[in-house]
Amino acid sequence: MNDKNNGRVYTEYKPGKYLSSKYRLSKCICSKRSRTFGRLSFSSYLSFPGHLLKSNGLLARTSFGLVLAIMWLGFNTSAQAELAIEITEGVDNPARIAVVPMNPGGAMLSEDISAIVAADLDRSGLFQAMSRVNMLSFPKSVSEVYYRDWSVPGMEYLVVGDVQREPAGGYKVVFSLLQVHGERKLFTELVRGSENELRDIAHYISDKVYETITGVRGAFSTRIAYVTATPRGQDLVFRLMVSDADGARERLMLESKEPIMSPSWAPNARELVYVSFETGRPAIYRQRLSDAQREQVTNFRGLNGAPAWSPDGKQLALVLSKDGNPEIYLFSFATRAFTRLTKHFAIDTEPTWTPDGRALLFTSDRGGSPQIYKLTLDSGAVERITFEGSYNARPRLAPDGRTLVLVHRQNGRYHIASKDLVSNDFRILSETRLDESPTVSPNGAMVIYAAKQGNKGVLAAVSIDAGVRFLLPSSRGDVREPAWAPFSN
Amino acid sequence: MKVQSIKNILLVGFCTVFLAACSSTPKDDGASTGTGGLNTGNDVATGSVGDGSVSGSSLDGDANADTVFYFDFDQAILKPESRAALRTHAARLAANPSNVRLVGHADERGTREYNMALGERRAKAVRDFLVLNGVSSSNLEAISYGEERPAVAMSNEAAWAQNRRVEMK
Repeated sequence: MNDKNNGRVYTEYKPGKYLSSKYRLSKCICSKRSRTFGRLSFSSYLSFPGHLLKSNGLLARTSFGLVLAIMWLGFNTSAQAELAIEITEGVDNPARIAVVPMNPGGAMLSEDISAIVAADLDRSGLFQAMSRVNMLSFPKSVSEVYYRDWSVPGMEYLVVGDVQREPAGGYKVVFSLLQVHGERKLFTELVRGSENELRDIAHYISDKVYETITGVRGAFSTRIAYVTATPRGQDLVFRLMVSDADGARERLMLESKEPIMSPSWAPNARELVYVSFETGRPAIYRQRLSDAQREQVTNFRGLNGAPAWSPDGKQLALVLSKDGNPEIYLFSFATRAFTRLTKHFAIDTEPTWTPDGRALLFTSDRGGSPQIYKLTLDSGAVERITFEGSYNARPRLAPDGRTLVLVHRQNGRYHIASKDLVSNDFRILSETRLDESPTVSPNGAMVIYAAKQGNKGVLAAVSIDAGVRFLLPSSRGDVREPAWAPFSN
Repeated sequence: MKVQSIKNILLVGFCTVFLAACSSTPKDDGASTGTGGLNTGNDVATGSVGDGSVSGSSLDGDANADTVFYFDFDQAILKPESRAALRTHAARLAANPSNVRLVGHADERGTREYNMALGERRAKAVRDFLVLNGVSSSNLEAISYGEERPAVAMSNEAAWAQNRRVEMK
């Protein structure tokens, strides 16, 4: 592909066949979306071999860009996480829990299940996992537990599990959560998965343990999307990435020499919309993650930005400036029609949906400084909902629809803040000076946002009550614009 | 705080030279009002056109006129030195029409999509000025890269001042 960007196609990428304006796989893969075992429904996107493709359609037609839309990279390359978690602050009294190593007959697995579970629970800030070297015994099931081994070192909870190879391939894990005080079993469950799903098994165990103890659904099995910008010579390479919520199994979705912005998840967590400048102008694209099939949604003069998928999956809220200045529009996937919602000479941008789908929150400087407004779709009524200081922007709502998370300026510093829309309680959550792009976990417990470490963009996380913080430092380039996926089932 | 004191020095220096400019700077928590002082190339230009006369150097400036126009924090108002250079461009483009792309940018502070809108507002300010000075709007395209393409990839006042710009291409 020759183009004005001097794009280079990587040789290891298999070119897809020309297919008008769509992307498709070079090989057809039939996806097994989920496996159900009894009452366990175990979503697995991650067992497919990697398949890469690029567009010859839309891009070749418009003679633009080295842009490679890529399906899951092969497991070997993606298992190496670029984001590594670094916990900077936890709650004062985390629950002490031991997660006993789980191996089939003492053999090593390609993933250390109990280490992943322990890291998940540690990262929530609500737990402190026991170091393996301090363990006095390694029980695999409830009957093998000698409670004194765990009460003496002060453990409150214990997770044991037995991993067995299945005759047909893959593994099954029977795991139990025990309360040390009172010597009580809280539950025993079974989960199955393939060799490539060992991390999914681990996150599933973490979710069950977290939910049983805290009463809140665990979000360890969810994923995040984000954008990286990495220098290459004098240029930058922009990449849209998706990884597990712990930063592992990072996969490339799109690569371009032009900026990529504003990823937003479909409510089923299987597709993304985003802004790409690959044609030399901003446009909104929709991309399915399983096979990288992709379509261009907008192609207007001026801004094409800030797409936000509606909770019912049928519409996008987005920003266009085709009629003169930035306004909020709705786009219907069924009718392909655009409906203009705002009419104001000010900047209106960054729409986000309320969980019930009946209203949008957005940023506007119609009052003289950027503030958050609410637009009720039925009535068209617009009301201002932030009054704290001279800069509040980029709203996102927690799943309860009550906690608003946004970017707030105070003394020239940009922080992530939350506002309780019922009590009006306003709280600053982050401590660095250039924080932006907050995204709330689907269980409402954590916020991931973009921050600066020196001149480098990194992702950071803070619990919604500001009690827990951690950094996800990247080994290369700038990381920005995290978007936490919804629950996938 | 060290940063604050540097800001204050800049602010004082800036105000001393350009009182009028300071009076119209925004009250953005005092975040960056003094940044113009770092933009020495443009400050020099400001001085030379302060009397409203550009004819003395406009012929040389025809080829050399600035093609990058800088803005104050969170503002899309053209600075006097930008107007002078843009009049030169306008005369040239009115006489010899050609397609021009006006690419607006913002500094990294604030949210990305809001900065996209701010970059567009700046590009349109340049476009509108050129149209007022006789350039056909059909030859002008205003687009924004927001904060995605900084001229200087650093997080300080000097870098931010370089990054709040419209580039004529």
